Amino acid sequence: MGQALPELAGVHWRPRADARRLRRSGALWTLTTVAHVVPFVGAGIALFALEPLTFPVGLMGLAHAWLIPELYAQRGANVLRPRPTTAPAAAQQRSAGLLGDLVGHEARALHASTGLVLERGRLGAWLVGPAGALLVAPGARRVHCHCIGVKEPDLPDGDRIAHLLLALRADEEGFATVANLTFSGARWRVRRRLPAPARPALDAAVGAARALTPAAA
Amino acid sequence: MSRLIRMDHTGHTTLARWTADDPRAVEAAVDAFRAELDRGYFAIVSTGEGQAEQVRELPIGADLVIMRRPIAGG
Repeated sequence: MGQALPELAGVHWRPRADARRLRRSGALWTLTTVAHVVPFVGAGIALFALEPLTFPVGLMGLAHAWLIPELYAQRGANVLRPRPTTAPAAAQQRSAGLLGDLVGHEARALHASTGLVLERGRLGAWLVGPAGALLVAPGARRVHCHCIGVKEPDLPDGDRIAHLLLALRADEEGFATVANLTFSGARWRVRRRLPAPARPALDAAVGAARALTPAAA
Repeated sequence: MSRLIRMDHTGHTTLARWTADDPRAVEAAVDAFRAELDRGYFAIVSTGEGQAEQVRELPIGADLVIMRRPIAGG
């Protein structure tokens, strides 16, 4: 491994992320979701069984059971949502040019059409945007959504992505440690919450992640 | 020719250009590099496809050295 990210000093209390820890975080997210959903569904069914006239309350419980996981997935999808920028068009174009120099033809074309960069790593296939990164785990069933960025208000989007991409390349596990995990779960739950232009990027990342085996991570 | 660039609000700014056989250009690049580190920037160089490395000293032989700001979880 090369030099660790200096930013790790700011999150020294966090254990360093790796494939095993990410799998465990994913399992905890699933467990938490189940813990939110099951009581609402159970209460709704039990109320209806005891007294059918309570069905409006039961329906409210079912609505909660549906809404809570949806809100989590929305939070995850938000890491790839485009943000308004104050950078002038010339700076945007210039930063996109630098970013294009850092990636291959395939990633450059994907960025031009979706605004996101696909990067293959050891932990999976990453989709990097200006305000976060989504990791498609090997096997492509689960995604981990990470909120991470640069605290510079006037930075153009291409530079924001380049910052994250270079840090990711320098220390992938350190990058995943510094980032805040906002969601971990089934990729289909995030996909339908993504803006339509970003979905082909997720599909490309899924294709890349399918080529990885879970054992490889 | 090697380049030292800083990612900033303009897209990026070229801070120095040098060749290894030009000591004055190298010295100017090293000075610019250290000034950016002092301003809180981190330096990074690509080391192959999909790979990069943080550096604390200017790698004279690198084609491109990029200065970046710290990142943080949002």
